[in-house]
Amino acid sequence: MEKEIKKSSLSVSENGIEKKISPKRLEVLKTYKIYIGGQFPRTESGRYYVAVNAAGKQLANVCLSSRKDFRDAVVSARNAFAGWSERAAFNRGQILYRMAEMLEGRKIQFTDELMQQDVPKAKAEKEVNLAIDRLIYYAGWCDKYQQVFSAVNPVATSHFNFSVPEPTGVVSIIAPQEDGLLGLISVVAPVIAGGNTCIVLASGSKPLCAVTFAEVINSSDVPGGVVNILTGKVSELSSWFVSHMDVNATIYCEKDSTVQKMMQDKAALNVKRVIFYDKINWNTDEGQSPYLIMDTQEIKTTWHPIEHIAGSGGGY
Amino acid sequence: MIDGYFSLYQTRSVNERKFSNFGKTEIGMQKTGFIPAIPDFTLTPRIDQVGAEERASRFTKRSIKKESKVNGLKLVLNMIDLTTLEGKDTEGKVKQLCYKAMHLHDALPGLPTVAAVCVYPTMVRTAKKALLDSGIKVASVATAFPSGQASKEVKIKDTKYAVDNGADEVDMVISRGKFHAGEYNYVYDEIAEIKEACGEARLKVILETSDLITFDKIRRASDIAMYAGADFIKTATGKVQPPSSMPVALIMLEAIRDFYYKTGRMVGMKPAGGISKAKAALHYLVMVKEVLGEAWLNNHWFRFGASSLANDVLMQIMKEKTGVYQCASYFSVD
Repeated sequence: MEKEIKKSSLSVSENGIEKKISPKRLEVLKTYKIYIGGQFPRTESGRYYVAVNAAGKQLANVCLSSRKDFRDAVVSARNAFAGWSERAAFNRGQILYRMAEMLEGRKIQFTDELMQQDVPKAKAEKEVNLAIDRLIYYAGWCDKYQQVFSAVNPVATSHFNFSVPEPTGVVSIIAPQEDGLLGLISVVAPVIAGGNTCIVLASGSKPLCAVTFAEVINSSDVPGGVVNILTGKVSELSSWFVSHMDVNATIYCEKDSTVQKMMQDKAALNVKRVIFYDKINWNTDEGQSPYLIMDTQEIKTTWHPIEHIAGSGGGY
Repeated sequence: MIDGYFSLYQTRSVNERKFSNFGKTEIGMQKTGFIPAIPDFTLTPRIDQVGAEERASRFTKRSIKKESKVNGLKLVLNMIDLTTLEGKDTEGKVKQLCYKAMHLHDALPGLPTVAAVCVYPTMVRTAKKALLDSGIKVASVATAFPSGQASKEVKIKDTKYAVDNGADEVDMVISRGKFHAGEYNYVYDEIAEIKEACGEARLKVILETSDLITFDKIRRASDIAMYAGADFIKTATGKVQPPSSMPVALIMLEAIRDFYYKTGRMVGMKPAGGISKAKAALHYLVMVKEVLGEAWLNNHWFRFGASSLANDVLMQIMKEKTGVYQCASYFSVD
């Protein structure tokens, strides 16, 4: 078959029949993949769902993650935990700040994605700005919440007794369904600011920003495995998120009381913390607080023997 | 995949011209009642590397689920040589390992024990005492493990020391330097002499496949080891990177198969180093079943040399039993 393209007229000659081709460029569409251990794999299940907007327009094929993707993500998160939690708190703050910088540079892309998902322009711009500010907020708290929530405790023995918060470990998070970007960042930032690692299930209806945010994380010096982002169905994955023995806490942001009950039941298996953020409006200042960091912290109290203590006169 | 299969085995007279010093060897061989026709090892089959890799990758694509998976995992547990070969090993560490060998996960009754505990010769007595009448064997590395760079006398002494202290099995390393230099006679005689020093103990011959580099040489070393009297051939010490791979194990399994067809004698196989996941272990079982058959699917003929594999297998068994993914913190340290 003879085929030739003439540059000047932008027409194609196929079997002698002249065809005009449109000068419009064919857009290159992004494959929305999941984010595990610093890599962007497709779901191991090979399944997809179509993300659509309110008008029913197809936005993207999005991975329908399986329990095995979650399993792999937990392995990555567990492996990353030691390095991340032992990192200097100040350095964690620098990295969160870096995430904000990267997000700032890609504002337009995120605004555009939110608008594709039916968010009005003004609201989308506000959401992106708020998301950046929220990262800065938690970047600041990284090396400060310990001072606020630690204590030296008065005891009646010759001990120096003090309590400090420590990260609880691997946290599984089911992100808010609304606010695809801001909701995700509002729940992830306090968890990683406190030295935990996490696996987060992005909003099922608004998943685009979550995958793009993974690219921001990937270029912000966040070690692989600290944040793992899956896309898929809450109904399919929620029980795995809360039953995994190697997960230390689960965060759930919806009001579904049946799911909440199920989570509390299954979490008992290894005495996980279960945290419900079903009343927080992420678009206001109540969506950010050092107490949200403390939700995934454990208090460790140390009894350190000392020679003398005021008043006791006792020697050790 | 394998060329020259039928041209491999030579008559004894041809070999006697090429290999002149088999005197000691034959005495060793007669002890086990086995006198093989020794082939010219320079003529062992050449391996098609691409073919071997492709074939090995197919074994990883079987779907083994539910009950057969649990049975497979229990079989894996029962084939493990639970290993500690560190410079920092203490008697306490060995005792703890022996306890683990006997009590893999007491929360789950009905589990098999591992096949053996594998330690350095100086730890054999401790392990033997700790294992009592559990039926778990004590394997000891010997012959200047892992480098094998010592004189033959030292290696024989090392072996005898392990056996005298009660080792049921001896894991020796071949002299890779001599092998590369083409001194196959030396390598062969050394294995035969160590076999003799082992007495009743079963001998596993470690080829250290990463040191041998090419697939052709791995096949050749396998043949030398088996003809010299190895009860097992073993891939690696676990001390050299990269660890052994499935294609390498496939070549060794095929060597065992060919040896069995030729001589009627079964030789065991022990992959070691780098197998730390239950799934990988199941792939190996598939490979053994499909290359050698079910006769080899027990711990008399097949072993895994591993330390962290046991816990991963236990975690998978618990996952099947409880339905939830497990956490390493709930299993004993290894």
